Amino acid sequence: MSQADVSIHGQVSRTSATEIMTAPAFSVPAKKMAMWLFIIADTATFAGCLVAYGFIRNGTADWPRPFHSITNVALMTFILLTSSLTMLIGIRSAQKGDKGGAFRWTIITAVLGILFAVLHIREWLGMIGEGATLFHNPWGTPLFSSTFFSITGLHLLHVTGGVVALIAVGIRYQGGRYKADDLEITGLYWHFVDLVWMFVVPLIYLMNLSH
Amino acid sequence: MAAAETHTTGGIGKDVAIYVVLLVLAGIQFIIAYQDISASQMFARMLAVAVIEGGLALLFFMHLSENRGLMWFVFIFTVAVLLMLQYGWTDSFRLVNGVPWAK
Repeated sequence: MSQADVSIHGQVSRTSATEIMTAPAFSVPAKKMAMWLFIIADTATFAGCLVAYGFIRNGTADWPRPFHSITNVALMTFILLTSSLTMLIGIRSAQKGDKGGAFRWTIITAVLGILFAVLHIREWLGMIGEGATLFHNPWGTPLFSSTFFSITGLHLLHVTGGVVALIAVGIRYQGGRYKADDLEITGLYWHFVDLVWMFVVPLIYLMNLSH
Repeated sequence: MAAAETHTTGGIGKDVAIYVVLLVLAGIQFIIAYQDISASQMFARMLAVAVIEGGLALLFFMHLSENRGLMWFVFIFTVAVLLMLQYGWTDSFRLVNGVPWAK
C-alpha cells in the first residue's frame, strides 16, 4: 500500500498525492488565492510607503499644508467608491448568467476608473504648475512633494493597471473566454485599489489641508 | 467543489447599504479635517474611520466575511506586517525633539 492509499470503513480507496497536494487552501480556487496573496503583498507595499511617509512627516518640523480645497479629492473619492459598487453589480450579473449586464457594468467601472485618473492627473498638473515636482516643493520641505507624488503615483499606477485589466477581462468574458469567476477575481483587485484610497485620502490629503 | 464557489448572499441591497455607509464614513473623514484639533488627534480619528472603512470593504465588498479561514489568514499576515513596520517611530520623534534622555 502506498502512502497515498486511504482506508475508509475497511475499504481501500486510492487517493493520488497530487489530489491531496492540490486541494484548494481555505476552499478558495487557486486563481482567487493567487489574487489574495498579491493583495496581501501589495498591502505590505502600501503600508510600507504610508508608514515611511508618516515617519518623514512626523520628523520634519516645517511640513507644509498646501491643500486649500477638498472638492477635487472628495469627487475622486465618490467616483472610486461608486466604481466599487458598479463592479459588484457587474459580478452579481455575471453570477446570474447575464453576460450583457456584466459586461456593461464592468465597462462602466472602467470608465469611472478613467475619470478618477483624469481628475488625478489634472490635480497633479495644477501642483506642477505651482512649482511642485518630485524633488522641489515651493511650500517648504521637498520631502512633501517626493512623498506626495510617490504615494499618489503608486496608487494611480494601480488604478491604471486596474482599468486595463477590467477592459481586457470584460471583453474576454463577453467573448466567452473568461468566466464569472475571472470577473470576480478582477473585482477583488479593484476593491483593493479602492481600499487603499481610503487610507491615502486622510493621510496624504486631509492631514495636509490648510485651515 | 470550491472552484464553483459563488457569492450571492445578501444581494444588491446589502451592497448598496455598505456603499452608502462607506460614503458616510468618507464624509466623516472630511468633517474631521475641518475640526479645530491637534494633528495627533486628527490622525487618530481619521485612521480609526479609515480602519472601519477598510474593514467593511474587506468583509462585504471582497466577501471575506463568507470565508472565516481566509479572513484569519489575511488578518494575521496583514497585522503582522503592520506591527513590524512600527519599529522606527522613536527615531522619527528624535528627529524633531532631539535626544533629551542623552543629556
